[in-house]
Amino acid sequence: MTTTSGGLPVLGVRDVSKRFGGVLALDGVSLELRAGEVHALVGENGAGKSTLIKVLTGVYQPDEGQVIYRDAVVTFARPLDAQAAGISTIYQEVNLVPLLSVARNLFLGHEPTNRLGLIDFAQMHRDAQLVLARYGIDVDVRRPLRQLGLGVQQMVAIARAVSADHRVVIMDEPTSSLEPREVERLLEVVDVLRRDGVAVVYVSHRLEEVFRLCDRVTVLRDGRRVHTGPIADITRLDLVSRMLGRAISDVERARTRFNERDTTQAAEPILRATGLTRRHVLDHVSVDARPGEVVGLAGLLGSGRSETAKAIYGAQPLDEGTVEVAGTPLRGGSPRAAIAAGLALIPEDRKAEGIIPTLSVRDNIVLAALPALSRAGIVSERSQDAVVERLMSRLQIKASGPDQRVGELSGGNQQKVLLARVLCLNPRVLVLDDPTRGIDVGAKAEIQALISDLAAQGMAVILISSELEEVVEGSDTIVVLRDGAVVGKLEGNDVSEDGVMRLIAVAARETDPPTPQRAEPEGRGLH
Amino acid sequence: MASTDLAPGRREIRTDAALDWVAERGVYLGLLALIAFNLVFTPRFAEVDNIRLQFVQVVPVAIIALGMALVIGTKGIDLSVGSVMAISSAVLALYLGYGPIIAIAVAVLGGATVGIVNGVLIARFGVQPIVATLALLVGGRGLALVLAQGRLTEVFDPTLGVIGSGRVFGIPIVVLVALAVALAVAFLVSRTTFGRYLVAIGGNPEASVLAGVPVRRTLIIVYTLCAILAALAGVIQTARLSASDPSFVGNLIELSAITAVVVGGTPLSGGRVRIVGTLAGAMLMQLISATLISHNLPDSATRMVQAMIILAAVFIQRQRGSA
Repeated sequence: MTTTSGGLPVLGVRDVSKRFGGVLALDGVSLELRAGEVHALVGENGAGKSTLIKVLTGVYQPDEGQVIYRDAVVTFARPLDAQAAGISTIYQEVNLVPLLSVARNLFLGHEPTNRLGLIDFAQMHRDAQLVLARYGIDVDVRRPLRQLGLGVQQMVAIARAVSADHRVVIMDEPTSSLEPREVERLLEVVDVLRRDGVAVVYVSHRLEEVFRLCDRVTVLRDGRRVHTGPIADITRLDLVSRMLGRAISDVERARTRFNERDTTQAAEPILRATGLTRRHVLDHVSVDARPGEVVGLAGLLGSGRSETAKAIYGAQPLDEGTVEVAGTPLRGGSPRAAIAAGLALIPEDRKAEGIIPTLSVRDNIVLAALPALSRAGIVSERSQDAVVERLMSRLQIKASGPDQRVGELSGGNQQKVLLARVLCLNPRVLVLDDPTRGIDVGAKAEIQALISDLAAQGMAVILISSELEEVVEGSDTIVVLRDGAVVGKLEGNDVSEDGVMRLIAVAARETDPPTPQRAEPEGRGLH
Repeated sequence: MASTDLAPGRREIRTDAALDWVAERGVYLGLLALIAFNLVFTPRFAEVDNIRLQFVQVVPVAIIALGMALVIGTKGIDLSVGSVMAISSAVLALYLGYGPIIAIAVAVLGGATVGIVNGVLIARFGVQPIVATLALLVGGRGLALVLAQGRLTEVFDPTLGVIGSGRVFGIPIVVLVALAVALAVAFLVSRTTFGRYLVAIGGNPEASVLAGVPVRRTLIIVYTLCAILAALAGVIQTARLSASDPSFVGNLIELSAITAVVVGGTPLSGGRVRIVGTLAGAMLMQLISATLISHNLPDSATRMVQAMIILAAVFIQRQRGSA
């Protein structure tokens, strides 16, 4: 067995920067991958992980800095160049040909041929069986790939990558759609790769896997590398705080604006979501909110925050679970029913799920409230214009007028249009999924002030933010999620960034299965 | 590639503006040019009889194009309109024994049924509009031929005769019907919740669902309306020709209708509906065909010109959309 830290550098980048328009996606990042190590790459959304991977694999060219492969500065002009050099990427979606056989998929593009130049099927099937056996997979290689489980398909993808003699394998969230049993198998396969001296880059939001499997870890945040080191030398809490950019010692427990209003604690919850469950997505998540209360949903990316928000709003298919508003269960599980019951949602992805770019500011604002603004299906232009005018001035939406197309507005103003859309519904429960993402500081402060205003007026608010600070400052209560399940709840004076990070990290440790494999890489890392 | 310098950026903006202008108003320009050409080169073009004829002949395409504009506004397409015309024509002939009113009602109802099937396939079962309506294009024509036993039937009925060739103050009744349909569709689009919903769905279906828009119901109604209008066009065509010929009526009319809509400024990518533009587009198609015929070019030449126009219109929209 090779020693991990002693492996030779295979692939790396030196002081790489990459800019998209005005955004610096990577800012002087250096990284070194060694033969026979599993290197975790972690960071929140937008930290630069995927940009870095794309630089390593020739999808992007760095603006500054160098890519170094086997002691030489290289330029991968295209992804194919990187592949030919022995770097392969496995994405979470399996990109093979589902209708072809397992063996065909394994050898696609370099099939063994006989003297006539035709595919030598007998040879190919024998080889395929051998290759897969190395990873402990025993399937009929003549079966079409799509007949196999997702886990086996992923394994075939990996086997294909490695059978083509690759030295670096990059795995982007490989376990996100796998069953627990399949995850085990995948982790074993990664171990085989390590033993064979392959350098593995392992991108995952699942800390459990990172700590169990990886030898070293690199943390990216806002396009910069903030940490690289052996996994054994860092605690979970430390890792989480580095990912979120909040040093534990620096974190003062932030008291929220609403804690003082104890009256809200006495009131009955207006929203009661119980046991929300969806396979692979949500696991018995329960959230309550009282009138005037801001409930934050915290957790790392992929923890199920957005899915919980959508489930409450009826926009996420569920296997189990109920949502009650003021004691009345929502039926049908549709956004339309949710709106009728007094719920409103601002979705996470403003462009894809929020605005209708072809429509005017006016039409976008009133879209959800049309039933209330019309009689017998005919829109009352008078009441519509009154509502639009009131909300445009209240939210200070900067547009040439209500007729301007929303697609032409800035991000902050688009977000205000969406806020106006939910506000004209006069909701009792407002679900906000990252309402200040990607908007300028001014608009951000305005929106945060508006949220606390609305809560003060008695609205129940569910708040998600990609910035932990924002959730902690804005919320009375915080529900912490991890891997689709609630791992803890902070109320009143316990609401703090420190507390949230501890919950995320500690929960990871508690739910770890006691596995001997875990200790091993850590031990090796210390040598 | 991210750091494009400013100079080409500015030029792009100017081309965009030009493309915008063409996409929005090109149809009127084309129409004016064609009228001017005909005034100069086509004998007897400006005579009342000819003008009246052009308006009468454009009616079926115009009515169908109005329904098609709604469908395209939702980012959909309806290829089955010609077959719906044929079904309605066949049913009309079949039920004429029960009196013209009942026959027309059953014909329109038959068309509506096809529309509901289209809508349910698309909204409920997620079949792509082009596939669902292609199936109905083929199946619907077959059904029409079965109903009519593959025969051309002469249709003599005084009421239908009045509808087909009657006039009020010199204006053909069919033109008045088309005008009424245009006003109704314009009202639907601009003043009703239904109209708002349909453009919202075309503009961003995911966002529409999250905003509580009844997406399925709206889509089913849109396809049903489109088919009802096609059936109406079938009735008008049958009344005008005093004959029901299910193997030919409405053949390839979907192409003329789609071209009229797209040329009229309604983007194939949905999210917007242009009523006046659609009518102008239909008239443009009609005049092109009339111009070619009066200059002794075969009607089939019209198809080639049409094909070029639709390609040009879609190309302009594409350029515009990608900017």
